Amino acid sequence: MATETFSVATRPRSPVPAVRRARRRLGPGRPLPYGRLLGPALLLALWAAASASGLLDPRKLSAPWAVARTTADMISTGVLQEHVLTSLTRATAGFLIGITAGLALAVIAGISRIGEALIDGPMKIKLAIPTIGLIPLLILWLGIGELFKIVIIAVAVAVYMYIQVYAGLVGIDKRYVELAEVQGYRRSEFLRHVVLPGVLPQFFVGLRLSLTASWLVLITVEQINALSGVGYMMEQAQQYAQTDVILVGLAVYGIFGFLSDALVRVTERRVLSWRRTLAS
Amino acid sequence: MATDTGELTGVRIDKLTRRFGDHVVLDRVDLQIAPGEFVALLGRSGSGKSTLLRALAGLDYDVAGDGELRIPDRVSVVFQDSRLLPWRRVLDNVILGLRAPNPRERGAEALAEVGLAGRERAWPTELSGGEQQRVALARSLVGEPELLLADEPFGALDALTRIRMHGLLRALCKRHQPAVLLVTHDVDEAVQLADRIVVLDGGRIAVDIRPGLPDSRTPRDPGFQEVRELLLRALGVTS
Ligand SMILES: Nc1ncnc2c1ncn2[C@@H]1O[C@H](COP(=O)(O)OP(=O)(O)O)[C@@H](O)[C@H]1O
Ligand SMILES: [Mg+2]
Repeated sequence: MATETFSVATRPRSPVPAVRRARRRLGPGRPLPYGRLLGPALLLALWAAASASGLLDPRKLSAPWAVARTTADMISTGVLQEHVLTSLTRATAGFLIGITAGLALAVIAGISRIGEALIDGPMKIKLAIPTIGLIPLLILWLGIGELFKIVIIAVAVAVYMYIQVYAGLVGIDKRYVELAEVQGYRRSEFLRHVVLPGVLPQFFVGLRLSLTASWLVLITVEQINALSGVGYMMEQAQQYAQTDVILVGLAVYGIFGFLSDALVRVTERRVLSWRRTLAS
Repeated sequence: MATDTGELTGVRIDKLTRRFGDHVVLDRVDLQIAPGEFVALLGRSGSGKSTLLRALAGLDYDVAGDGELRIPDRVSVVFQDSRLLPWRRVLDNVILGLRAPNPRERGAEALAEVGLAGRERAWPTELSGGEQQRVALARSLVGEPELLLADEPFGALDALTRIRMHGLLRALCKRHQPAVLLVTHDVDEAVQLADRIVVLDGGRIAVDIRPGLPDSRTPRDPGFQEVRELLLRALGVTS
Protein backbone atom coordinates (compact mmCIF):
# COMPACT_ATOMS: atom_id res chain seq x y z
CA MET A 1 0.00 0.00 0.00
CA ALA A 2 1.42 3.28 -1.11
CA THR A 3 0.25 5.21 1.95
CA GLU A 4 2.59 3.28 4.20
CA THR A 5 5.82 3.96 2.46
CA PHE A 6 6.35 7.15 4.46
CA SER A 7 5.89 5.59 7.87
CA VAL A 8 8.18 2.59 7.50
CA ALA A 9 10.97 4.17 9.50
CA THR A 10 8.91 5.48 12.39
CA ARG A 11 6.29 2.81 12.90
CA PRO A 12 6.49 -0.97 12.79
CA ARG A 13 4.99 -2.12 9.54
CA SER A 14 1.59 -3.72 9.92
CA PRO A 15 1.18 -7.10 8.22
CA VAL A 16 0.06 -6.83 4.62
CA PRO A 17 -3.70 -7.38 4.55
CA ALA A 18 -4.89 -10.33 2.49
CA VAL A 19 -7.52 -8.27 0.73
CA ARG A 20 -6.30 -5.14 -0.95
CA ARG A 21 -8.22 -2.09 0.15
CA ALA A 22 -9.82 -0.07 -2.63
CA ARG A 23 -7.62 2.86 -3.57
CA ARG A 24 -8.51 6.09 -1.85
CA ARG A 25 -10.24 8.42 -4.27
CA LEU A 26 -8.75 11.88 -4.63
CA GLY A 27 -11.25 13.38 -7.09
CA PRO A 28 -14.42 15.05 -5.74
CA GLY A 29 -16.54 11.94 -6.42
CA ARG A 30 -19.96 11.64 -7.97
CA PRO A 31 -22.04 14.84 -8.36
CA LEU A 32 -25.08 15.26 -6.09
CA PRO A 33 -28.44 15.03 -7.83
CA TYR A 34 -29.76 18.56 -8.41
CA GLY A 35 -26.68 19.70 -6.51
CA ARG A 36 -26.46 22.93 -8.44
CA LEU A 37 -29.77 24.08 -7.00
CA LEU A 38 -28.62 23.62 -3.42
CA GLY A 39 -26.65 26.86 -3.15
CA PRO A 40 -29.33 29.16 -4.60
CA ALA A 41 -32.03 27.46 -2.48
CA LEU A 42 -29.99 28.05 0.66
CA LEU A 43 -29.48 31.71 -0.25
CA LEU A 44 -33.19 32.14 -0.84
CA ALA A 45 -33.99 30.53 2.52
CA LEU A 46 -31.53 32.80 4.34
CA TRP A 47 -32.95 35.84 2.57
CA ALA A 48 -36.53 34.87 3.50
CA ALA A 49 -35.56 34.17 7.10
CA ALA A 50 -33.72 37.47 7.45
CA SER A 51 -36.67 39.40 5.97
CA ALA A 52 -39.29 37.63 8.11
CA SER A 53 -37.33 38.17 11.30
CA GLY A 54 -36.94 41.87 10.54
CA LEU A 55 -33.17 41.57 10.42
CA LEU A 56 -33.16 42.86 6.88
CA ASP A 57 -34.16 46.48 6.32
CA PRO A 58 -36.65 46.49 3.37
CA ARG A 59 -35.07 49.78 2.21
CA LYS A 60 -31.82 47.85 1.67
CA LEU A 61 -33.38 44.65 0.36
CA SER A 62 -37.05 43.82 -0.08
CA ALA A 63 -38.45 40.50 1.08
CA PRO A 64 -38.80 37.71 -1.51
CA TRP A 65 -42.58 37.87 -1.34
CA ALA A 66 -42.51 41.64 -1.87
CA VAL A 67 -40.50 41.09 -5.02
CA ALA A 68 -42.97 38.45 -6.19
CA ARG A 69 -45.88 40.78 -5.55
CA THR A 70 -44.20 43.66 -7.38
CA THR A 71 -43.49 41.39 -10.32
CA ALA A 72 -47.15 40.37 -10.52
CA ASP A 73 -48.24 44.02 -10.32
CA MET A 74 -45.84 45.13 -13.02
CA ILE A 75 -46.95 42.33 -15.29
CA SER A 76 -50.66 43.03 -14.80
CA THR A 77 -50.19 46.70 -15.63
CA GLY A 78 -48.00 45.77 -18.61
CA VAL A 79 -45.09 47.97 -17.48
CA LEU A 80 -42.63 45.11 -17.16
CA GLN A 81 -43.41 43.66 -20.59
CA GLU A 82 -42.92 47.07 -22.16
CA HIS A 83 -39.47 47.55 -20.62
CA VAL A 84 -38.43 43.98 -21.37
CA LEU A 85 -39.55 44.25 -24.97
CA THR A 86 -37.62 47.48 -25.44
CA SER A 87 -34.45 45.95 -23.97
CA LEU A 88 -34.79 42.75 -25.95
CA THR A 89 -35.25 44.66 -29.17
CA ARG A 90 -32.07 46.66 -28.55
CA ALA A 91 -30.09 43.59 -27.54
CA THR A 92 -31.28 41.50 -30.46
CA ALA A 93 -30.69 44.21 -33.05
CA GLY A 94 -27.21 44.99 -31.77
CA PHE A 95 -26.40 41.32 -31.44
CA LEU A 96 -27.47 40.37 -34.95
CA ILE A 97 -25.72 43.33 -36.56
CA GLY A 98 -22.59 42.64 -34.52
CA ILE A 99 -22.55 38.93 -35.39
CA THR A 100 -22.94 39.65 -39.08
CA ALA A 101 -20.26 42.34 -39.12
CA GLY A 102 -17.84 40.27 -37.03
CA LEU A 103 -18.31 37.22 -39.25
CA ALA A 104 -17.89 39.21 -42.44
CA LEU A 105 -14.72 40.89 -41.20
CA ALA A 106 -13.30 37.58 -39.99
CA VAL A 107 -13.94 35.90 -43.33
CA ILE A 108 -12.37 38.78 -45.27
CA ALA A 109 -9.32 38.82 -43.00
CA GLY A 110 -9.15 35.02 -43.02
CA ILE A 111 -9.17 34.49 -46.77
CA SER A 112 -7.31 37.49 -48.12
CA ARG A 113 -3.91 38.82 -47.15
CA ILE A 114 -4.92 42.41 -47.88
CA GLY A 115 -8.01 41.99 -45.76
CA GLU A 116 -5.87 40.58 -42.98
CA ALA A 117 -3.45 43.50 -43.18
CA LEU A 118 -6.24 46.08 -43.09
CA ILE A 119 -8.63 44.51 -40.60
CA ASP A 120 -6.72 42.48 -38.08
CA GLY A 121 -4.71 45.32 -36.54
CA PRO A 122 -7.65 47.63 -35.80
CA MET A 123 -9.66 44.73 -34.37
CA LYS A 124 -6.84 43.79 -32.00
CA ILE A 125 -6.54 47.43 -30.93
CA LYS A 126 -10.29 47.60 -30.36
CA LEU A 127 -10.07 44.46 -28.25
CA ALA A 128 -7.68 46.29 -25.95
CA ILE A 129 -10.15 49.16 -25.44
CA PRO A 130 -13.21 48.27 -23.35
CA THR A 131 -16.34 49.01 -25.35
CA ILE A 132 -17.81 50.99 -22.45
CA GLY A 133 -14.96 53.45 -22.98
CA LEU A 134 -16.39 54.34 -26.38
CA ILE A 135 -19.65 55.61 -24.91
CA PRO A 136 -18.72 59.33 -24.73
CA LEU A 137 -17.48 59.37 -28.30
CA LEU A 138 -20.45 57.45 -29.69
CA ILE A 139 -22.88 59.74 -27.88
CA LEU A 140 -21.19 62.73 -29.51
CA TRP A 141 -21.46 61.07 -32.91
CA LEU A 142 -24.85 59.41 -32.71
CA GLY A 143 -26.75 61.20 -29.96
CA ILE A 144 -28.40 59.29 -27.15
CA GLY A 145 -31.17 57.60 -29.13
CA GLU A 146 -31.75 53.98 -30.09
CA LEU A 147 -29.09 54.06 -32.80
CA PHE A 148 -26.34 54.75 -30.27
CA LYS A 149 -27.42 51.85 -28.08
CA ILE A 150 -27.65 49.37 -30.92
CA VAL A 151 -24.35 50.45 -32.41
CA ILE A 152 -22.42 50.12 -29.19
CA ILE A 153 -23.80 46.63 -28.57
CA ALA A 154 -22.97 45.70 -32.15
CA VAL A 155 -19.41 46.95 -31.75
CA ALA A 156 -18.80 44.84 -28.66
CA VAL A 157 -20.33 41.76 -30.26
CA ALA A 158 -18.51 42.18 -33.57
CA VAL A 159 -15.10 42.27 -31.92
CA TYR A 160 -15.64 39.05 -29.96
CA MET A 161 -17.06 37.31 -32.99
CA TYR A 162 -14.23 38.51 -35.17
CA ILE A 163 -11.47 37.43 -32.79
CA GLN A 164 -12.81 33.90 -32.42
CA VAL A 165 -13.78 33.20 -36.01
CA TYR A 166 -10.59 34.70 -37.40
CA ALA A 167 -8.52 32.54 -35.04
CA GLY A 168 -10.56 29.55 -36.19
CA LEU A 169 -9.95 30.30 -39.86
CA VAL A 170 -6.24 30.85 -39.39
CA GLY A 171 -6.00 27.71 -37.29
CA ILE A 172 -7.57 25.36 -39.86
CA ASP A 173 -5.46 22.23 -39.77
CA LYS A 174 -3.02 22.35 -42.68
CA ARG A 175 -3.11 18.58 -42.93
CA TYR A 176 -6.77 18.74 -43.93
CA VAL A 177 -5.99 21.35 -46.54
CA GLU A 178 -3.45 18.95 -48.06
CA LEU A 179 -5.99 16.16 -47.93
CA ALA A 180 -8.51 18.32 -49.76
CA GLU A 181 -5.91 19.05 -52.44
CA VAL A 182 -4.84 15.47 -53.07
CA GLN A 183 -8.41 14.18 -52.94
CA GLY A 184 -9.47 16.83 -55.41
CA TYR A 185 -12.23 18.44 -53.36
CA ARG A 186 -14.00 21.25 -55.15
CA ARG A 187 -13.75 24.67 -53.56
CA SER A 188 -17.33 24.42 -52.36
CA GLU A 189 -16.65 20.98 -50.85
CA PHE A 190 -13.52 22.32 -49.21
CA LEU A 191 -15.39 25.26 -47.67
CA ARG A 192 -18.33 23.17 -46.56
CA HIS A 193 -16.57 20.07 -45.28
CA VAL A 194 -13.19 21.33 -44.11
CA VAL A 195 -13.34 25.06 -43.35
CA LEU A 196 -16.83 25.33 -41.89
CA PRO A 197 -16.59 22.37 -39.48
CA GLY A 198 -13.11 23.52 -38.54
CA VAL A 199 -14.35 26.98 -37.57
CA LEU A 200 -17.65 26.03 -35.91
CA PRO A 201 -16.23 25.32 -32.44
CA GLN A 202 -14.61 28.76 -32.37
CA PHE A 203 -17.78 30.28 -33.77
CA PHE A 204 -19.72 28.98 -30.81
CA VAL A 205 -17.15 30.29 -28.36
CA GLY A 206 -17.53 33.67 -30.07
CA LEU A 207 -21.30 33.40 -29.89
CA ARG A 208 -21.27 32.87 -26.14
CA LEU A 209 -18.77 35.63 -25.46
CA SER A 210 -20.90 37.88 -27.66
CA LEU A 211 -24.03 37.10 -25.70
CA THR A 212 -22.36 38.00 -22.43
CA ALA A 213 -20.97 41.16 -23.98
CA SER A 214 -24.30 42.25 -25.41
CA TRP A 215 -26.09 41.91 -22.05
CA LEU A 216 -23.32 43.75 -20.28
CA VAL A 217 -23.29 46.67 -22.69
CA LEU A 218 -27.08 46.78 -22.76
CA ILE A 219 -27.33 47.08 -18.98
CA THR A 220 -24.69 49.78 -18.94
CA VAL A 221 -26.16 51.99 -21.65
CA GLU A 222 -29.67 51.64 -20.30
CA GLN A 223 -28.60 52.74 -16.87
CA ILE A 224 -26.54 55.63 -18.14
CA ASN A 225 -28.82 57.08 -20.70
CA ALA A 226 -32.28 55.81 -21.52
CA LEU A 227 -35.97 56.56 -21.14
CA SER A 228 -37.15 52.99 -21.32
CA GLY A 229 -35.89 49.46 -20.91
CA VAL A 230 -35.04 47.27 -17.94
CA GLY A 231 -31.90 49.23 -17.11
CA TYR A 232 -33.89 52.48 -17.07
CA MET A 233 -36.52 50.84 -14.90
CA MET A 234 -33.83 49.88 -12.36
CA GLU A 235 -32.19 53.28 -12.52
CA GLN A 236 -35.54 54.93 -11.74
CA ALA A 237 -36.15 52.47 -8.91
CA GLN A 238 -32.85 53.47 -7.37
CA GLN A 239 -33.98 57.12 -7.24
CA TYR A 240 -37.02 56.11 -5.21
CA ALA A 241 -35.24 53.34 -3.23
CA GLN A 242 -37.53 50.65 -4.62
CA THR A 243 -35.30 47.65 -4.01
CA ASP A 244 -38.08 45.28 -5.09
CA VAL A 245 -38.11 46.78 -8.60
CA ILE A 246 -34.33 46.62 -8.79
CA LEU A 247 -34.50 42.94 -7.92
CA VAL A 248 -37.17 42.35 -10.58
CA GLY A 249 -34.78 43.91 -13.10
CA LEU A 250 -31.91 41.71 -11.97
CA ALA A 251 -34.13 38.65 -12.22
CA VAL A 252 -35.09 39.58 -15.77
CA TYR A 253 -31.44 39.98 -16.77
CA GLY A 254 -30.58 36.70 -15.10
CA ILE A 255 -33.37 34.82 -16.81
CA PHE A 256 -32.54 36.14 -20.27
CA GLY A 257 -28.84 35.61 -19.78
CA PHE A 258 -29.44 32.04 -18.71
CA LEU A 259 -31.93 31.28 -21.49
CA SER A 260 -29.77 32.70 -24.27
CA ASP A 261 -26.73 30.79 -23.06
CA ALA A 262 -28.77 27.59 -22.81
CA LEU A 263 -30.03 28.10 -26.35
CA VAL A 264 -26.48 28.41 -27.68
CA ARG A 265 -25.40 25.40 -25.65
CA VAL A 266 -28.16 23.19 -27.03
CA THR A 267 -27.51 24.33 -30.60
CA GLU A 268 -23.80 23.75 -30.16
CA ARG A 269 -24.33 20.24 -28.88
CA ARG A 270 -26.52 19.37 -31.85
CA VAL A 271 -24.32 20.96 -34.49
CA LEU A 272 -21.10 19.52 -33.06
CA SER A 273 -22.56 16.11 -32.40
CA TRP A 274 -19.45 14.40 -33.81
CA ARG A 275 -17.54 15.66 -30.81
CA ARG A 276 -19.56 13.63 -28.37
CA THR A 277 -17.73 10.49 -29.47
CA LEU A 278 -14.55 12.06 -28.17
CA ALA A 279 -15.98 12.80 -24.77
CA SER A 280 -17.53 9.38 -24.25
CA MET B 1 2.94 18.41 -65.54
CA ALA B 2 0.42 15.61 -65.86
CA THR B 3 -0.02 14.31 -69.37
CA ASP B 4 -3.10 12.55 -70.58
CA THR B 5 -2.23 10.11 -73.30
CA GLY B 6 -5.30 8.01 -72.62
CA GLU B 7 -3.26 4.93 -71.77
CA LEU B 8 -1.47 3.93 -68.61
CA THR B 9 1.49 6.20 -68.23
CA GLY B 10 3.39 5.33 -65.09
CA VAL B 11 5.74 7.85 -63.53
CA ARG B 12 8.74 9.56 -65.00
CA ILE B 13 11.00 11.81 -62.92
CA ASP B 14 13.78 13.69 -64.71
CA LYS B 15 16.53 15.59 -62.92
CA LEU B 16 14.30 16.51 -60.01
CA THR B 17 16.00 18.98 -57.69
CA ARG B 18 14.56 20.29 -54.46
CA ARG B 19 16.24 22.46 -51.88
CA PHE B 20 15.41 24.23 -48.65
CA GLY B 21 17.59 27.32 -48.51
CA ASP B 22 21.12 26.13 -49.26
CA HIS B 23 20.32 22.58 -48.32
CA VAL B 24 19.93 20.52 -51.49
CA VAL B 25 17.68 17.65 -50.50
CA LEU B 26 17.09 16.14 -53.94
CA ASP B 27 19.93 16.46 -56.42
CA ARG B 28 18.87 15.72 -60.00
CA VAL B 29 16.98 12.56 -59.18
CA ASP B 30 15.91 10.33 -62.09
CA LEU B 31 13.33 7.66 -61.50
CA GLN B 32 10.75 5.83 -63.55
CA ILE B 33 7.94 3.69 -62.27
CA ALA B 34 6.07 1.42 -64.67
CA PRO B 35 2.30 1.12 -64.49
CA GLY B 36 1.38 -1.38 -61.80
CA GLU B 37 4.88 -1.51 -60.37
CA PHE B 38 5.29 -1.54 -56.58
CA VAL B 39 8.34 0.49 -55.56
CA ALA B 40 9.54 0.97 -52.00
CA LEU B 41 11.61 4.05 -51.26
CA LEU B 42 14.10 3.64 -48.44
CA GLY B 43 16.43 6.13 -46.90
CA ARG B 44 17.72 7.47 -43.65
CA SER B 45 15.66 9.97 -41.72
CA GLY B 46 16.05 13.33 -43.43
CA SER B 47 17.27 11.84 -46.70
CA GLY B 48 14.44 13.46 -48.64
CA LYS B 49 11.93 10.63 -49.02
CA SER B 50 8.97 12.76 -48.04
CA THR B 51 10.25 15.62 -50.15
CA LEU B 52 10.25 13.36 -53.21
CA LEU B 53 6.83 11.97 -52.44
CA ARG B 54 5.34 15.40 -51.83
CA ALA B 55 6.74 16.58 -55.15
CA LEU B 56 4.91 13.71 -56.86
CA ALA B 57 1.74 14.49 -54.91
CA GLY B 58 1.89 18.14 -56.01
CA LEU B 59 2.10 19.31 -52.41
CA ASP B 60 5.37 21.21 -52.67
CA TYR B 61 4.35 24.53 -54.23
CA ASP B 62 6.48 26.47 -51.76
CA VAL B 63 9.64 24.45 -52.33
CA ALA B 64 12.46 25.68 -54.55
CA GLY B 65 13.81 23.47 -57.29
CA ASP B 66 13.42 22.27 -60.83
CA GLY B 67 13.24 19.15 -62.93
CA GLU B 68 10.51 17.38 -64.81
CA LEU B 69 7.72 15.21 -63.58
CA ARG B 70 5.33 13.14 -65.61
CA ILE B 71 2.66 11.54 -63.50
CA PRO B 72 -0.70 9.93 -64.22
CA ASP B 73 -3.98 11.78 -63.84
CA ARG B 74 -5.38 9.82 -60.97
CA VAL B 75 -2.99 10.01 -58.05
CA SER B 76 -3.89 9.34 -54.46
CA VAL B 77 -1.96 9.67 -51.24
CA VAL B 78 -1.93 7.76 -47.97
CA PHE B 79 -0.38 9.75 -45.15
CA GLN B 80 1.22 8.48 -41.97
CA ASP B 81 -1.81 9.68 -40.05
CA SER B 82 -5.12 8.47 -41.43
CA ARG B 83 -6.23 12.07 -41.90
CA LEU B 84 -9.92 11.38 -41.66
CA LEU B 85 -12.19 14.37 -41.15
CA PRO B 86 -13.43 13.77 -37.59
CA TRP B 87 -16.77 15.44 -38.28
CA ARG B 88 -17.68 13.17 -41.20
CA ARG B 89 -18.75 9.58 -40.90
CA VAL B 90 -16.52 6.84 -42.28
CA LEU B 91 -18.34 6.38 -45.59
CA ASP B 92 -18.57 10.13 -46.14
CA ASN B 93 -14.83 10.38 -45.61
CA VAL B 94 -14.23 7.68 -48.22
CA ILE B 95 -16.38 9.21 -50.93
CA LEU B 96 -15.82 12.95 -50.47
CA GLY B 97 -14.23 14.19 -53.69
CA LEU B 98 -15.07 10.99 -55.59
CA ARG B 99 -16.41 11.76 -59.06
CA ALA B 100 -18.06 8.57 -60.16
CA PRO B 101 -21.59 7.24 -60.57
CA ASN B 102 -23.07 5.63 -57.44
CA PRO B 103 -20.41 6.95 -55.07
CA ARG B 104 -22.08 5.50 -51.97
CA GLU B 105 -22.14 1.96 -53.35
CA ARG B 106 -18.56 2.25 -54.47
CA GLY B 107 -17.52 3.62 -51.11
CA ALA B 108 -19.26 0.78 -49.31
CA GLU B 109 -17.50 -1.73 -51.59
CA ALA B 110 -14.15 -0.12 -50.87
CA LEU B 111 -14.84 -0.35 -47.13
CA ALA B 112 -15.80 -4.01 -47.49
CA GLU B 113 -12.52 -4.62 -49.31
CA VAL B 114 -10.56 -3.38 -46.31
CA GLY B 115 -12.69 -5.46 -43.95
CA LEU B 116 -14.86 -2.63 -42.62
CA ALA B 117 -18.24 -3.59 -44.06
CA GLY B 118 -20.98 -2.37 -41.76
CA ARG B 119 -18.92 0.46 -40.27
CA GLU B 120 -20.07 3.01 -42.85
CA ARG B 121 -21.88 5.18 -40.33
CA ALA B 122 -19.23 5.08 -37.61
CA TRP B 123 -17.40 8.26 -36.63
CA PRO B 124 -13.63 8.08 -37.27
CA THR B 125 -12.89 8.52 -33.56
CA GLU B 126 -14.84 5.35 -32.84
CA LEU B 127 -12.29 3.29 -34.79
CA SER B 128 -8.92 1.94 -33.69
CA GLY B 129 -5.74 3.31 -35.27
CA GLY B 130 -5.46 0.32 -37.59
CA GLU B 131 -9.10 0.63 -38.65
CA GLN B 132 -8.67 4.33 -39.33
CA GLN B 133 -5.73 3.59 -41.56
CA ARG B 134 -7.78 0.97 -43.39
CA VAL B 135 -10.43 3.63 -44.04
CA ALA B 136 -7.66 5.82 -45.43
CA LEU B 137 -6.63 2.95 -47.73
CA ALA B 138 -10.22 2.54 -48.89
CA ARG B 139 -10.42 6.28 -49.54
CA SER B 140 -7.25 6.27 -51.58
CA LEU B 141 -8.29 3.27 -53.69
CA VAL B 142 -11.96 4.07 -54.27
CA GLY B 143 -11.06 6.39 -57.14
CA GLU B 144 -9.03 3.64 -58.87
CA PRO B 145 -5.75 5.60 -58.87
CA GLU B 146 -3.03 4.91 -61.40
CA LEU B 147 -0.47 5.99 -58.84
CA LEU B 148 -0.64 5.41 -55.11
CA LEU B 149 1.74 7.41 -52.95
CA ALA B 150 2.18 6.31 -49.36
CA ASP B 151 4.42 8.05 -46.83
CA GLU B 152 5.17 5.63 -43.98
CA PRO B 153 1.52 4.67 -43.88
CA PHE B 154 2.04 2.07 -41.15
CA GLY B 155 4.57 4.01 -39.11
CA ALA B 156 2.12 4.82 -36.33
CA LEU B 157 0.71 1.31 -35.98
CA ASP B 158 1.70 -1.44 -33.58
CA ALA B 159 3.72 -4.38 -34.92
CA LEU B 160 0.84 -6.87 -35.12
CA THR B 161 -1.49 -4.47 -36.87
CA ARG B 162 1.32 -3.58 -39.24
CA ILE B 163 1.77 -7.20 -40.33
CA ARG B 164 -1.94 -7.47 -41.09
CA MET B 165 -1.83 -4.20 -43.03
CA HIS B 166 1.06 -5.53 -45.12
CA GLY B 167 -1.06 -8.47 -46.27
CA LEU B 168 -4.00 -6.18 -46.97
CA LEU B 169 -1.98 -3.67 -48.96
CA ARG B 170 -0.41 -6.36 -51.13
CA ALA B 171 -3.79 -7.94 -51.85
CA LEU B 172 -5.36 -4.58 -52.70
CA CYS B 173 -2.52 -3.58 -54.99
CA LYS B 174 -2.68 -6.94 -56.77
CA ARG B 175 -6.35 -6.36 -57.45
CA HIS B 176 -6.29 -2.67 -58.39
CA GLN B 177 -2.85 -2.59 -60.02
CA PRO B 178 -1.84 1.01 -59.31
CA ALA B 179 1.79 1.98 -59.57
CA VAL B 180 2.90 2.35 -55.96
CA LEU B 181 5.58 4.44 -54.32
CA LEU B 182 5.79 3.42 -50.69
CA VAL B 183 8.07 5.48 -48.47
CA THR B 184 9.35 3.59 -45.47
CA HIS B 185 12.34 3.48 -43.18
CA ASP B 186 11.69 -0.18 -42.38
CA VAL B 187 13.89 -2.45 -44.49
CA ASP B 188 11.82 -5.55 -43.77
CA GLU B 189 8.64 -3.77 -44.78
CA ALA B 190 10.23 -2.73 -48.07
CA VAL B 191 11.47 -6.24 -48.90
CA GLN B 192 8.17 -7.77 -47.82
CA LEU B 193 5.98 -5.57 -49.97
CA ALA B 194 7.82 -4.21 -52.99
CA ASP B 195 8.80 -5.56 -56.41
CA ARG B 196 11.53 -3.00 -56.56
CA ILE B 197 13.43 -1.10 -53.91
CA VAL B 198 15.28 2.19 -54.27
CA VAL B 199 17.44 3.83 -51.65
CA LEU B 200 17.79 7.59 -51.46
CA ASP B 201 21.12 8.83 -50.16
CA GLY B 202 22.85 12.17 -50.48
CA GLY B 203 20.05 13.49 -52.64
CA ARG B 204 20.41 10.74 -55.25
CA ILE B 205 19.16 7.24 -55.90
CA ALA B 206 21.99 5.14 -54.46
CA VAL B 207 20.48 1.69 -54.89
CA ASP B 208 17.83 0.44 -57.30
CA ILE B 209 17.13 -3.29 -57.13
CA ARG B 210 14.47 -5.81 -58.17
CA PRO B 211 14.94 -8.68 -55.72
CA GLY B 212 12.69 -11.04 -57.69
CA LEU B 213 11.41 -12.76 -54.57
CA PRO B 214 8.32 -14.99 -54.76
CA ASP B 215 4.94 -13.52 -53.80
CA SER B 216 4.74 -15.56 -50.62
CA ARG B 217 7.98 -14.42 -49.06
CA THR B 218 8.98 -14.55 -45.43
CA PRO B 219 11.97 -13.03 -43.64
CA ARG B 220 13.31 -16.56 -43.13
CA ASP B 221 13.97 -17.12 -46.84
CA PRO B 222 17.67 -16.91 -47.72
CA GLY B 223 16.85 -14.58 -50.62
CA PHE B 224 15.03 -12.25 -48.25
CA GLN B 225 18.02 -12.21 -45.91
CA GLU B 226 20.40 -11.41 -48.73
CA VAL B 227 18.40 -8.41 -49.95
CA ARG B 228 18.01 -7.25 -46.39
CA GLU B 229 21.78 -7.32 -45.77
CA LEU B 230 22.42 -5.42 -48.96
CA LEU B 231 19.94 -2.70 -48.10
CA LEU B 232 21.18 -2.37 -44.54
CA ARG B 233 24.70 -1.86 -45.86
CA ALA B 234 23.43 0.77 -48.29
CA LEU B 235 21.79 2.54 -45.37
CA GLY B 236 25.04 2.47 -43.44
CA VAL B 237 23.91 -0.08 -40.89
CA THR B 238 26.34 -2.99 -40.74
CA SER B 239 25.33 -6.00 -38.73
N1 LIG C 1 9.46 22.67 -45.05
C1 LIG C 1 10.77 22.47 -44.85
N2 LIG C 1 11.58 23.52 -44.56
C2 LIG C 1 12.89 23.36 -44.36
N3 LIG C 1 13.54 22.19 -44.44
C3 LIG C 1 12.80 21.10 -44.71
C4 LIG C 1 11.37 21.19 -44.91
N4 LIG C 1 10.91 19.95 -45.17
C5 LIG C 1 11.97 19.13 -45.12
N5 LIG C 1 13.10 19.81 -44.85
C6 LIG C 1 14.45 19.23 -44.74
O1 LIG C 1 14.67 18.43 -45.88
C7 LIG C 1 15.33 17.25 -45.52
C8 LIG C 1 14.54 16.07 -46.01
O2 LIG C 1 13.32 16.00 -45.33
P1 LIG C 1 12.29 14.82 -45.61
O3 LIG C 1 12.04 14.71 -47.06
O4 LIG C 1 11.11 15.07 -44.74
O5 LIG C 1 13.10 13.55 -45.10
P2 LIG C 1 12.60 12.05 -44.84
O6 LIG C 1 11.17 11.98 -45.21
O7 LIG C 1 13.47 11.20 -45.72
O8 LIG C 1 12.86 11.76 -43.41
C9 LIG C 1 15.51 17.28 -44.01
O9 LIG C 1 16.83 17.70 -43.74
C10 LIG C 1 14.54 18.31 -43.56
O10 LIG C 1 15.05 18.97 -42.43
MG1 LIG D 1 9.42 11.59 -44.01
